[in-house]
Amino acid sequence: MGTPSSTPGGKTNRLGLAIQTYRGSKTTLCAGCGHNAISERIVDAFFEMGVEPAQVAKFSGIGCSSKSPAYFLAGSHGFNAVHGRMPSIATGALLANRRLLGIGVSGDGDTGAIGIGQFVHLMRRNVPLIYIIEDNGCYGLTKGQLSPTADLGSVLKNGVVSDLPPLDTCTLAIELGASFVARSFSGDKKQLLAILKAAISHRGTCLIDVLSPCVTFNDHEGSTRSYAYVKDHDEPVGDVSFVPFFDDITVEYDAGTTAEVRMHDGSRLLLHKLAADYEPTDRAQSLALLRDYATRGEFATGILYIDPAAPSFVDLLGLVDDPLADLPQARTRPGREVLETIMASLR
Amino acid sequence: MIPSDVAPSMAPAAARDALILNDCSIQVATVNGSGSQTANLVLIRSIFQMGVPVSGKNLFPSNIAGLPTWYTIRANARGFIGRKKEIDVLVAMNPETARDDVLALPPGAVTLCDESLGVHDLRDDLVTYVVPFDALVASIAPDARLRRLVRNMVYDGVLSTLLGIERDEMRRALERQLGRKPRALELNLRALDAGAEFAQASLVKRDPYGIRRMDATAGKILIEGNAAAALGCLMAGVTVVAWYPITPSSSLCETLIDYLETYRRDASTGKATYAVVQAEDEIAALGMVIGAGWAGARAMTSTSGPGISLMAEFTGLGYYAEVPAVIFDVQRVGPSTGLPTRTAQGDIASAAGLSHGDARHPLLLPHSVEECYAFAIRAFDLAERLQTPVFVLSDLDLGMNTWMADPFPYPEVPQDRGKVLTRDDLARLDGWGRYKDVDGDGIARRTRPLDGLPPTFTRGSGHNEMGGYSEKPDDYVRNVDRLSRKFETARGLVPAPEVDTVEGAALGIIAFGTSHWGVAESRDQLARERGIATSYLRLRAYPFADAVEAFIAAHARVYVVEQNRDGQLFGLMRAELDPALTARLRSVRHYNGLPLDARTVTDVILSHEEPR
Repeated sequence: MGTPSSTPGGKTNRLGLAIQTYRGSKTTLCAGCGHNAISERIVDAFFEMGVEPAQVAKFSGIGCSSKSPAYFLAGSHGFNAVHGRMPSIATGALLANRRLLGIGVSGDGDTGAIGIGQFVHLMRRNVPLIYIIEDNGCYGLTKGQLSPTADLGSVLKNGVVSDLPPLDTCTLAIELGASFVARSFSGDKKQLLAILKAAISHRGTCLIDVLSPCVTFNDHEGSTRSYAYVKDHDEPVGDVSFVPFFDDITVEYDAGTTAEVRMHDGSRLLLHKLAADYEPTDRAQSLALLRDYATRGEFATGILYIDPAAPSFVDLLGLVDDPLADLPQARTRPGREVLETIMASLR
Repeated sequence: MIPSDVAPSMAPAAARDALILNDCSIQVATVNGSGSQTANLVLIRSIFQMGVPVSGKNLFPSNIAGLPTWYTIRANARGFIGRKKEIDVLVAMNPETARDDVLALPPGAVTLCDESLGVHDLRDDLVTYVVPFDALVASIAPDARLRRLVRNMVYDGVLSTLLGIERDEMRRALERQLGRKPRALELNLRALDAGAEFAQASLVKRDPYGIRRMDATAGKILIEGNAAAALGCLMAGVTVVAWYPITPSSSLCETLIDYLETYRRDASTGKATYAVVQAEDEIAALGMVIGAGWAGARAMTSTSGPGISLMAEFTGLGYYAEVPAVIFDVQRVGPSTGLPTRTAQGDIASAAGLSHGDARHPLLLPHSVEECYAFAIRAFDLAERLQTPVFVLSDLDLGMNTWMADPFPYPEVPQDRGKVLTRDDLARLDGWGRYKDVDGDGIARRTRPLDGLPPTFTRGSGHNEMGGYSEKPDDYVRNVDRLSRKFETARGLVPAPEVDTVEGAALGIIAFGTSHWGVAESRDQLARERGIATSYLRLRAYPFADAVEAFIAAHARVYVVEQNRDGQLFGLMRAELDPALTARLRSVRHYNGLPLDARTVTDVILSHEEPR
């Protein structure tokens, strides 16, 4: 069961736009960097989903990962903010304009270290944002220090051994209230693309931790983030098939082994069980699954947890339908009688 | 006028014959959490209702209950309602502090105390009235818990008789406070009467102070600066609020939330035309404000010193990436946790250049609740016009205390949403660039998501005028020089100073914010007591207007008065103004956490002008 709407090059999408429209400027990251593959999948996903680039707002913090929003969706507004603080910038922008489709790119240091506080609270709020962590277990831009997602015992190129337990962003996200939590591998095109497309259909926080090897500082024997290691230990818990709302196709599946999740926009997500205890709509089960895989030293990948009905932060705040940023003075400045009433109460 | 309920025994000495009318400071010393707030608000409100200019200042500890707190009321017929250094009337209710409170009084001051405190015979140079508080409350409230709560209303009653504060006005004020709690109201009214009647029957007036009805407060309102600023935000049309609780700024956003919930629901759907987020910290609060401002919302946060320190990095981003943001700083005493419940003007230097690297930010400096309101509205316009963070520097004294004011005017000026690129611009301009200065004022046109115009990639890293990433030396210099040009534009847009030039005065005084109240009265003291005429420039914003140099040039010596140890404004002036002129500046600094009083200013100026 494949992704139904893969589009060969040269074609246009449902908006009549070519894939070039979804590309960004040329990458300045290292050749072979996992992050570049992720940027390509983002381009594919937005192209295939037929999202108007102008509707998208891109956010990032600081680090190699955070440079990447310049390398996709040139037609979208972008905000490359400060280290670890992408979540707050994104939260403000998405509240100011609820029609934006937000995508944030962060790294394991940007999120797990300096940005862990803002990460935690964005997850709690279920802010409607696709939050991608390009996770290579090290700091690239400052030349190869350990990050908090580095596995215990993993060795850096310079011989430094990670002697603290890793922080698992997916476990945290599920605990904290994110309504869509996934892990993938930059080298798994098919899975990552399907997850990204599902994320575009979701309304709420989508935390996608993408294992993305750093070819320069963390791709050697002894590292648990090398291409070879991740490839060997990537254990998909479920096969992800995504049927977008605009594809009127029938997919047959075995209800005993495949769960169908109906997304906010009418798209359908078919999650075919690969692990026996994979129950992606059950928070406790998802946490148990993650813990089991981690104990075995495997990376559980796929959509780990999903709750398409959880109210997003925008829903929770009960905002008007029009973007707050566009409200005219007539709707934001109360009339004279209001000020007079207040003044009278203070006399 | 003789209050009708003053018994004959008090009448000859009461308000009618008081030597000092409508000019006194009253300090009530209590324990926080003891319910003294109601009694104190009734006291200030009843004086206000009698038409006498008055202010109330709460000097409270960083604590919920059980520590000493002092409430100071200043009534002054001529409108000098800053803190008075000397206490004229002390109401000693706190056993912990009574001794120190009494020992600190100037000779001739009045004390109201319970005999059980053991302070009534501590000094023989005071006018002491002994009031049996316990016996009086026991007669009206059988329940011990209630007794504690109404005990404070007894001193209101005693003061009503002693000073001639009309008891009917106290009753009105009390009804306003407790109108919705009939049982509490009734008990308090009885306590008020018990105090007043005791004074009539048992006390002989021996002090000179009195309050007499006048007509200086008609039509005025009473409000705290934070509430005034919140009203300004409401009327400015704020759409995104992100904040983190911190004394003394919390009540700004809390009041704003109340107003928004009441007045900013969409008429047809009942949905919110605003978003409020209580953030995880001040960093996130400003991040949300900058994110929202970038997307086109009118966004604000409020904080105090520790929050300002945390906001440094994001403020630099707002400055360099050119995103509107409004930040209220209700200043308290620093550094570090400092004195969280005491007032200061200690953030002006850090706010002016907040960030690493070169950065300058417009600061608006309100001195009154009227300006808290007006500058709040103006701050949003300036932030969008200048595409940069704009600070409003209030302080604890202004923000949390009760001030009289004229009713606030409805904003007649439409919102200024700043230079937003239009389709016409795009056709007219020869290639739009996000940071291209086509008008020569340093302000470029911006686009916002979903406005149908070219996208912007905003970044805190180096960029050229097209908004592209750049590390080129020339691009960097061109960009930051344009930001300097923009700051020059700001100089002409921020509120101008208020200047009172007195012909022939050799001395000038410069002050900002709440220092105004001490300075205004000090000028009166200098003129009346020493015949020294002074001119006065009240700074209302940073960057400095050209009028500041002109003012210094017109005076032989100019005293810069502020509430911090290091003379921060004085330092900024010396750094930025003509050195030939700044040699004329003298620094007057007050930094003990109490609001600035006139006598302190007068004494420092005299120590220079009339050295002994």
